[in-house]
Amino acid sequence: MNRVELQNMAQAETERQNAFRCRLLCCASTPCLSSGSTAVSEAMKQALTDGNLDAEVEVVATGCMGPCSRGPLVTVKMPGQEDVVYEKVTPEVAKEIVAKHVTQSKPVSENVLPADMPFFVKQKKVVLANSGQIDPERLEDYVARGGYAALAHALREMTPEEVCATLTKSGLRGRGGAGYPTGIKWDLVRKSEGDKKYVVANGDEGDPGAYMDRTMMESDPHRLLEGMAIAGYAVGADQGYLYVRGEYPIAAQRLQRAIRAAERRGLLGSRVLESNFNFRIDVRIGAGAFVCGEETALMASIMGRRGQPVPRPPYPSERGLWGKPTLINNVETYGSIAPIILNGPEWFSGIGTEKSKGTKIFALAGNIDTTGLIEVPMGITLREIVYDIANGIPDGYAFKAAQTGGPSGGCIPSQFLDTPVDYESLGALGSIMGSGGLVVMDERSCMADVAKYFIEFCMDESCGKCVPCRVGTVQMHRLLERITDGSATFEDLETLEELCVLVRDTSLCGLGQNAPNPVISTLRYFREEYEAHIKERRCPAGACEMNRIPVQELNTNSRVYSQNGAQAEPAQA
Amino acid sequence: MPVVTLTVNDELVSGQSGQSLLSLLKELGIEMPTLCHLEGLSDRGGCRLCMVELQGSKRLFAACVTPVQEGMVVYTHTERLNNYRRMILELLFAERNHVCAVCVQNGHCELQTQAAKNGMDSVRYDYLVPDLPMDASHERYVLDHNRCILCTRCVRVCDEIEGAHVWDLMGRGVNSRVIAGLNQPWGDSDSCTKCGKCVQVCPTGALTLRGSTVAEMEKQHDFLKWILTGREKKQWDYS
Ligand SMILES: Cc1cc2nc3c(=O)[nH]c(=O)nc-3n(C[C@H](O)[C@H](O)[C@H](O)COP(=O)(O)O)c2cc1C
Ligand code: SF4
Ligand code: SF4
Repeated sequence: MNRVELQNMAQAETERQNAFRCRLLCCASTPCLSSGSTAVSEAMKQALTDGNLDAEVEVVATGCMGPCSRGPLVTVKMPGQEDVVYEKVTPEVAKEIVAKHVTQSKPVSENVLPADMPFFVKQKKVVLANSGQIDPERLEDYVARGGYAALAHALREMTPEEVCATLTKSGLRGRGGAGYPTGIKWDLVRKSEGDKKYVVANGDEGDPGAYMDRTMMESDPHRLLEGMAIAGYAVGADQGYLYVRGEYPIAAQRLQRAIRAAERRGLLGSRVLESNFNFRIDVRIGAGAFVCGEETALMASIMGRRGQPVPRPPYPSERGLWGKPTLINNVETYGSIAPIILNGPEWFSGIGTEKSKGTKIFALAGNIDTTGLIEVPMGITLREIVYDIANGIPDGYAFKAAQTGGPSGGCIPSQFLDTPVDYESLGALGSIMGSGGLVVMDERSCMADVAKYFIEFCMDESCGKCVPCRVGTVQMHRLLERITDGSATFEDLETLEELCVLVRDTSLCGLGQNAPNPVISTLRYFREEYEAHIKERRCPAGACEMNRIPVQELNTNSRVYSQNGAQAEPAQA
Repeated sequence: MPVVTLTVNDELVSGQSGQSLLSLLKELGIEMPTLCHLEGLSDRGGCRLCMVELQGSKRLFAACVTPVQEGMVVYTHTERLNNYRRMILELLFAERNHVCAVCVQNGHCELQTQAAKNGMDSVRYDYLVPDLPMDASHERYVLDHNRCILCTRCVRVCDEIEGAHVWDLMGRGVNSRVIAGLNQPWGDSDSCTKCGKCVQVCPTGALTLRGSTVAEMEKQHDFLKWILTGREKKQWDYS
């Protein structure tokens, strides 16, 4: 396929779509599938057949539309009219949509989400622009919305240096957590000497509760492939690997199909778009270890070795897969590439704050009215996210803290609700932007308990290579257990704080180095809550069962040391 | 190889470009605590004892996996580092069952030596007392997981020097364990050449020669009866 054929494909598909009187988009992403969207689309198709509307109306299985807690979601598209989004669609409602909205142009009022809802209005969709709009299994649908035009443009009009320079100018930073400038990273790999180079997409996404990358892969797989191909051209690689977390079978399957479809049309493989550029992509499936999201462990896993980090330097840009220069970026980072090439770096850097450009996808979870997936411009305040987009905290409870960055991040208390969400501001508060998990907690959450949860996660996910992370997290977890069950002393708190510093400073990889963050940040803002657990043996939030007492106090005459994991007996009332 | 100049503990020194900081420090006679490092094997930076401070960086660096660089300013024994080293050793002692008094390696153990040298005289953390087995299936050697510190010297020597790759790791985090073959009894491993290299490089009493472990010493009192019978009755039984 060449450029002209690509344009023809886009045009033919647009005409095909416009021929329908109405298109019913039904979300087929994991959250909606699990709330029953398959039955919904079946019901719609049946109703259309029954009404003899098959030829005029099309049912499309799309990717994620956003407000996942309100699923299954259906969008009704009619030419010349605003899209209408329905929430909580059952097969019955689906039939009604066909009967009333499609046939009589009268929306079924109860389930319609208002178009001016802050959830939609406050978002800015760049990476997720196609998500919920196209059928991820149809290459034509992507091409009709400008797909692969950026790759075609880069191959024909730009040198690899220019591609890197464009990204540097756009201010795009890595979305996988650390926020390293993407253009600079690409340029490093481009300049690295090597007869062979690799491009890797990190779709391991291990943060509990986060599903930004899964959504991107499920909803718009070709966008990711296009970004990787542009990367391959820019750095001089002809092989890409897409590392997908093992728990994401739908994403892996859609990506594999997308790769085959793109190869058949000459958009990947040999002589991409009839140029001299060759680029193949293979999918590699992870086996469920958080640490394999760390880039050096991920590469070890791709090479078939035990997924353990190795010390850097050398960085992957010098010596990566099989010792060759390797570019590794997050899935969302690759998703931002095509729009930057098409719209120019100035357009992208016009969005966001001084040092954090563009948009960021967040997975909203916790004690909020609407959970789901959002894409917002950098610099939006936490307050806008919590109270406008997520529609606040239900049942009249008060906001307590927002947790960003998952097990590597921290908690942000209410006095900082007006902080702009960008790399620098969140870092200054002791949290991190992270990959995009955002959990809102109300006054019923105990911060020591939250910290314990994350330490337990890191303890279970530690690879075991280095001593401070392997054993330090276990000891930290024990101390937090004591604090949350009432058997801790102030000495324990001191030991915990010392361990936080040790594990942070001496661990080999980011997992261990960041593991203490949830403890450090909750101690910074909620110290009195920890102290109440120890001094008054009381959990202010009422979340912890305080049913044990310190071992020393069991027998006041002779000091008994808590050793060998011995637990004190429950306090006698 | 070009020479590089750097500062170590406020003294100007020179090293070969490409060499690891740890090897230079050793050449300089600076005693660096190490456990997973062993000269002749690849370095992995796992035990974190050889960490040093580099001026201009907030991070600490494991000397074994850090190449020397022109202009580096290195500190090897600051109070902070010494303190971290003690804590790491405490964590190791708390992790498994390191009871020196009943260990074959008592007095020749690198973990014990490091504890003594670094002033680690007590453990403030909970002993985790995991319930770990021993593998005595091999005709010549014994593996006691209770003493293993997961340094992977055995894994590396078997792979890199003997070329047999009998050893590897399974599990993760604190549940990691060295395994022979595909997690089978060591004695059943077809690839083990019985060379004993792993036993010789193991820093602790985790890998030992059969017959030398605690409780394996058998005393024979029979000689007494034999001598007395011989002397008293002039009957010397040489059968
Ligand atoms: C323990 C750990 C887990 C990580 N998990 C992920 C992950 O799931 N996805 C990801 O993109 N990056 C993850 N990272 C960050 C990667 O190491 C790497 O920085 C990133 O993929 C680079 O891409 P970027 O520059 O586009 O952000 C993780 C890092 C650590 C230390
Ligand atoms: S910090 Fe933890 S996860 Fe990272 S290498 Fe060390 S033990 Fe493994
Ligand atoms: S058995 Fe010995 S050499 Fe092997 S990992 Fe354990 S302590 Fe190290």
